[in-house]
Amino acid sequence: MTARHDGQADGLPATPPPVTEAELRTLHHRLAGQAEAAGLLDVAYRTADTPVGTLLLAATTAGLVRVAYASEDHDAVLAALAARVSPRILHAPGRLDTAARQLEEYFAGTRRRFDLPLDLRLATGFRRVVLSRLPAIGYGQTASYAAVAAAAGRPRAVRAVGTACATNPVPIVVPCHRVIRSDGSPGRYLGGPAAKQLLLGLEAA
Amino acid sequence: MSAKPPFEAIVTAHGPVVLRVCRAVLGWADADDAWSETFLAALRAYPELPGDANVEAWLVRIAHNKAIDLTRAAARRAVPVADLPEHPTAAGAGQHEGDLYSSLAALPRKQRETVAYHYLAGLPYAEVAAIIGGSAEAARKSASDGIARLRRAYPVTDQNGEPS
Repeated sequence: MTARHDGQADGLPATPPPVTEAELRTLHHRLAGQAEAAGLLDVAYRTADTPVGTLLLAATTAGLVRVAYASEDHDAVLAALAARVSPRILHAPGRLDTAARQLEEYFAGTRRRFDLPLDLRLATGFRRVVLSRLPAIGYGQTASYAAVAAAAGRPRAVRAVGTACATNPVPIVVPCHRVIRSDGSPGRYLGGPAAKQLLLGLEAA
Repeated sequence: MSAKPPFEAIVTAHGPVVLRVCRAVLGWADADDAWSETFLAALRAYPELPGDANVEAWLVRIAHNKAIDLTRAAARRAVPVADLPEHPTAAGAGQHEGDLYSSLAALPRKQRETVAYHYLAGLPYAEVAAIIGGSAEAARKSASDGIARLRRAYPVTDQNGEPS
């Protein structure tokens, strides 16, 4: 028998019974619940399958802290959360149930605004000011980068508005996809141009 | 800024080994509780763990302490004893009768620990000794005695021609 996790186990007279996926799932589920109850779950996450691909959803105890497209590399996103928020991170879907359900409703066309506590700690300074302005752009509407810059009190900071949208930690929920170029073309999007078109098309329907 | 991986990655990478170690030291019945308490305590302490620490040795050390706590608690529930019982009760027998863990349960505690930490967790004897106390040489002797006893419990070995 050679299927062991290291060569030293070869000294044993028999192979220990394997640890099964189901056993680990049960233990993990229990750990997530105990961690939440003990106040040790600084960041909980889950994924959600949507028309714009698999999204990573992460929440602190304060609220939704991150929505990430697959193109952002979910492992890299989790590593960044570990560095910037806390390494006490577990896959714990429970805390994200409401967010996942609201996203599902949004993509089904039955929800026009999100009602979720947000933790915007990953956006600071002017970027955060910009994000705070975006929910004012209603479902199905758009605004130009220049208009958002003006609304945020810095009419010449058009480029900075673009950066704020490109680094929005909670896309879709904070609707940076509704910010487009002055000529009416969609412009860039952190989830890719196709995702932006899909979201704008969904809301225009 | 810390380059520490998310704790989820620690559970994924080391969860199976820690469960094997808990089963080897405590038997099937208490292993799940020991695993849960180990990872909950590890999660609590994780932000303070030095970045260059040997995570597996750290987890085995926590599991070792949790196993002692669980054994003491079980002993308190039963009859008062002055020290840790050398042999656990037959808890966890039954459906698992005859597997490696039930054979390990027949060993003295220190042999179970040294066999589990060295042969299942892959820790060098210096690390094993740092966790259970005593010298690396004593840990090696204890593990070797444990393996010899286990081999006697398995007259037909599945090893590639090793003498038993």
